Amino acid sequence: MSIWSYANPVKFLALSTKVQPFLWAAAAMCVVVGLLWGFFGTPDDFRQGSTVKIIYLHVPSALMAINAWFMMLVTSLIWLVRRHHVSALAAKAAAPVGLVMTLIALITGAIWGQPMWGTWWAWDPRLTSFLILFLFYLGYIALWEAVEDPDTAADLTSVLCLVGSVFAVLSRYAVQFWNQGLHQGTSVPVATGGRTVSDVFFYPLALCMVGFGLLFLALVLYRTGTEIRLRRTKALRVRAERSA
Amino acid sequence: MSLQVRHLTIARGGIPVLAGLEFTLQEGQVLIVRGPNGSGKTTLLRTVAGLQTSLEGEIIGAAERVAYAGHADGIKAMLSVRENLQFWAQVFGGSDITAALDAYALHPLADRLAGTLSAGQKRRLGLARLVVTGCPVWVLDEPTVSLDADAVGLFADAVRAHLETGGSALIATHIDLGLDAEVLDVSPFRASASHHSGASDEAFL
Amino acid sequence: MIALLLRDLRLAFRAGGGFGLGLAFFLIVTTLVPFSVGPEAVLLGNIAPGVLWLGALLACLLSLDRLLALDYEDGTLDLLVTAPLPLEAVVSIKALAHWVTTGLPLVLAAPFFGVLLNLPTAGYGPLVQSLALGTPALSVIGTFGAALTVGIKRGGLLLSLLVLPLYVPTLIFGAEAARRGASGLDTSTPLIMLAGITFGTIALMPFASAAVLRMGLR
Repeated sequence: MSIWSYANPVKFLALSTKVQPFLWAAAAMCVVVGLLWGFFGTPDDFRQGSTVKIIYLHVPSALMAINAWFMMLVTSLIWLVRRHHVSALAAKAAAPVGLVMTLIALITGAIWGQPMWGTWWAWDPRLTSFLILFLFYLGYIALWEAVEDPDTAADLTSVLCLVGSVFAVLSRYAVQFWNQGLHQGTSVPVATGGRTVSDVFFYPLALCMVGFGLLFLALVLYRTGTEIRLRRTKALRVRAERSA
Repeated sequence: MSLQVRHLTIARGGIPVLAGLEFTLQEGQVLIVRGPNGSGKTTLLRTVAGLQTSLEGEIIGAAERVAYAGHADGIKAMLSVRENLQFWAQVFGGSDITAALDAYALHPLADRLAGTLSAGQKRRLGLARLVVTGCPVWVLDEPTVSLDADAVGLFADAVRAHLETGGSALIATHIDLGLDAEVLDVSPFRASASHHSGASDEAFL
Repeated sequence: MIALLLRDLRLAFRAGGGFGLGLAFFLIVTTLVPFSVGPEAVLLGNIAPGVLWLGALLACLLSLDRLLALDYEDGTLDLLVTAPLPLEAVVSIKALAHWVTTGLPLVLAAPFFGVLLNLPTAGYGPLVQSLALGTPALSVIGTFGAALTVGIKRGGLLLSLLVLPLYVPTLIFGAEAARRGASGLDTSTPLIMLAGITFGTIALMPFASAAVLRMGLR
């Protein structure tokens, strides 16, 4: 059986309803345990003191903010190529979640930056890039809201997501060129495999990252389900009108 | 070359309106499309003109050969009648607009700004555009709206002249143009409530 | 295609076409800046390149919602889609006409407005260079935004929200070049990057614009 059979809304809904309780439970467990472990089970950093503990919210939300956009990019492509409605609706469902993740990353960053750098906000490349990402999310969601026909909206937002991704990457490099920043380098560079945080901080952080990933997945499945039910209601109402 | 429509299903707003439509438009033939309001006449004409996609079926011989005239005439108020026509002539690769001005008696108006024309005069200008396109298939949606009896006569003459040169026309209209035309009634092709083929919300049912 | 360009230019220059509006807006922004930050010559000279770039960008944005919406309302766009012109060419020509009527006057007027803001002498050349290189990208990206919002009623505000984030790289490299020029530094790196963005968008954006236009008109 191919994975595309789950592009059928009914099958998708059946499966996602079945896995959601487990997903929610796993997400809650990872996030709660990770945060408690991080907040109470790790020592203070010798330079940054207890402020470093915001890392357990900041890093996972920043990670998911970018991955949410990446997921939207993939689902948009699937919609444009294969015209699966579930794919378009999943992209629509993921956008507000990504927006909130971006907001959490920005706010926790400001709260962390205040005691560390002595300022709530600096026009640092990473911060600026996230602000731009935030604007992209806003535009994407606004376009979904503005177009009446759902299929046209899916088409237009998909192209916007594609074009936006290219410009987001361009902006990232432009911003880096424009201002070298205060922000520390990546704490957990996946590509190189090395990391700058010691194990004692890393394990709870990794748990939080997994937890946020599961939380994101659960939220997106839940919201996609809502969107599918909305469309189903509309389709049923149209059918009732037409046969009357 | 004739225009053939095979097993066409079309939708408006994601809901099928006409299904299983079949007809052929021969060279030199006029086909009058009739049907009650909301039956999908405009959607059919827009689909034949290539402005909308169909759910099912095929349209053969329409590509790059269709001149479409809908409810809006595409006239720029700040250009003169002549400039409006010349623009469309150039877009479609022609340049001579005299024939078009003749056909709709637009010579006295040629240098007036299109914005100062009456509704009926604007419509005549919109229809004159069809002549300059040089396209063999005319797809017209309610072309006689706001035309007086004389202008309707001009229009019928223009269609006849178009047919004589091997052209054809697909016209949605409610009035009798005095043309020797066949009638395509779309009512029998109305999509039934159970017809969901390809409709955008079909997958959700 | 030339007919389309000539028609758009003719429409822009005739009464009600909106030619010069962008220029007037640019002038007003330049005039208001000293009122908001104070008349101090050194400060004005420092911020002049950035203010002029931002003013030019906003002036471009101002006229975007007329770019395709007018043709949509009177049915011209439907007829152009059925015409034997590739839609990619149509949107490219539209963007070119927008640049000639909006971007080009801004490039030419910028040095005069630089005087108002006490722009250092060394900055005039780089300012004009960067605007001349960057404003075509603004028009092309703006056409994409206009195509996205063409079927939407009162899409003007949405258009700004969609287009402004896309303007970020152009603005950064353009203003950076103007700023470096004003302080006597080498401008070649940002200018090359700016040229890259402009030529890249000119080459690729028309495909995206034409695609969304087809989707929106369906």
